[in-house]
Amino acid sequence: MNNDIKTQSSRGGKRLNAGRKTGTGKFGEPTEVVRVPTSQKPIIVDFLAAYQHKQQLEEAIDISSLMLPALNHKTLNIPLFASKVPAGFPSPADDHVEKRLDPNEFLIDQADATFFVTIQGESMIDVGLMPGDKAVVDRSKMPSIGDIVLAVVDGDFTIKVLNRGKDGSPRLLPANASGKYQPIEIKENMTFEVWGVVTGSFRRFK
Amino acid sequence: MRNIALIDVNNFYVSCERVFNPKLLNKPIVVLSNNDGCAVARSDEVKALGVAMGAPWFKLKDLAKQHNILAYSSNYALYADMSNRVMSILKHYSPDQEVYSIDESFLDLTAFKSKDLVAYGQQMRQRINQWTGLPVCVGIGSTKTLSKLANHCAKKRPDFNGVCNLNSMAPETINQMFTEIDVGEVWGVGRKLVLKLNALGINTVLDLKRANPERLRQQFSVVMEKTIRELNGIVCIELEEITPPKQQIMSSRSFGYSVTDYNSLAQSITLYMSRAAEKLRRQQSYAGSVYIFIRTSPFKENERFYSNGRTISMPSPTDDTRKLVNVALWGLKQIYVPNLGYAKAGVMLGELVAAQGIQTDLFSTQKNTPKSDRLMAMLDSINKKMGKESIKLASEGFSRPWKMKQGNKSPCYTTNWDDNIQALDLEQ
Repeated sequence: MNNDIKTQSSRGGKRLNAGRKTGTGKFGEPTEVVRVPTSQKPIIVDFLAAYQHKQQLEEAIDISSLMLPALNHKTLNIPLFASKVPAGFPSPADDHVEKRLDPNEFLIDQADATFFVTIQGESMIDVGLMPGDKAVVDRSKMPSIGDIVLAVVDGDFTIKVLNRGKDGSPRLLPANASGKYQPIEIKENMTFEVWGVVTGSFRRFK
Repeated sequence: MRNIALIDVNNFYVSCERVFNPKLLNKPIVVLSNNDGCAVARSDEVKALGVAMGAPWFKLKDLAKQHNILAYSSNYALYADMSNRVMSILKHYSPDQEVYSIDESFLDLTAFKSKDLVAYGQQMRQRINQWTGLPVCVGIGSTKTLSKLANHCAKKRPDFNGVCNLNSMAPETINQMFTEIDVGEVWGVGRKLVLKLNALGINTVLDLKRANPERLRQQFSVVMEKTIRELNGIVCIELEEITPPKQQIMSSRSFGYSVTDYNSLAQSITLYMSRAAEKLRRQQSYAGSVYIFIRTSPFKENERFYSNGRTISMPSPTDDTRKLVNVALWGLKQIYVPNLGYAKAGVMLGELVAAQGIQTDLFSTQKNTPKSDRLMAMLDSINKKMGKESIKLASEGFSRPWKMKQGNKSPCYTTNWDDNIQALDLEQ
């Protein structure tokens, strides 16, 4: 027999290990009784409700993962049951159901930062950007030298390869071997901005 | 203490136009309301010229010529898409978000106590600006009312660099700042209330913060009491993460020119009611009452101003376009006065109830039949598939000469394939 129970008085009083365990209440930690002024009671009750809400929040979500949002957070619609079979032989294909290919998924990394642009002219045909093509522009990507970018030069949009001149100033290179288009050197009196990085393109034939 | 943030896009409509038309940067521009009536968004350059929010465009034309102010018609398809992008980006900064309007969102950051919230706010600003091109400001306070004020400070005072966290500031500094802000900047304090408050000697935000909440409740309303308590850091207005279904649905427009004949008015009322009924069915509600109104222009000085409306109770709630239109047209006949030039008409659906569990009237023959439900569902699905107004009531009219003016609308860059940004060859 346990020692604790031997020493226990037979006249009532506290019984060890009886009642709710400390820290199992709604706050998840030990609690105490305190006298509060009646006028302040609603405020304290509100405070405690907010405190409890916060505790639950911290339990429910890993806050550190929220500070830096994941780069990819798409909801995938995975079909759970492709065919209903109340009884009998299940479809042999049920185990192999997968989501059908979606071109959006192939072309777009960050939907909230992605815009489509129509190509005009032939200055970029050597990288496969033909007149009328739609280019996919992602503003969430950091532009690097060598990237195809949508730039704004003196208020006009153009798509070119981002490059740097000998003096370090930006330069925009066409991709057309005919020599019809010259590089655009960005001079100090010009306004220049990289609007977004071109990450892909698409076109219809029919 | 709660950390509630309000994120707000600066001059939202104007900023959207500038993202897709960089030539507008640093130029004075306004965006006009439906029918090119009033200025509903102004660039900083236009604000500096003293143009007020809602100023009628025809009164601004001289000033516009003088300062080369460019005016754009509102492009709601573009603004709605850009708004969705901003709200979707913000969602990742807190699990508790209330999208408050097209360009404002509350976030509950209470759980982020250990974080430097000013730095966190700067992260939001940076990301929204990079991803969408839109400038935003962030205000943080312990209540929604305070976060709204913090956002105001973040916008107006350059030293905050776009992020103002009242929770990290000394009470004396906050109070000093509040003596410099007009009481009209407080959330929920409109122009009429400002006049009444001024009469009581309450002129600044600090005056209101120090006012007696019980006494002002008696003179104003419980809303005023809540505002005062919120200014003192006591949360009275919670974040509404799930928007409740709308209690009223409104559809109204100004006309392109003044309309005199009854038939044109009836066409427009039918059209607006069809739109409203579509919205009603989308949120799965029935309407118990219909309000219809017409008015002439308040700006024409030598013409009589006439404005009238009628509320009509439905025998039993319905979502059937045909019944709602019938009732609205009956109302129009009651208030139509011939030989006046009408500038605006509209309808509002009220007393909305959820479509499920609806009380039908035992003696009424008006209740929705399964046939009517099926017809309306078919109408909506055809219009969804084949495009707006593929099927409509003939009384909506076809030519619509009274349709609103949208003289200078920018392309729908993000919602129409033919309207994308055009990338040019560009030669030096």
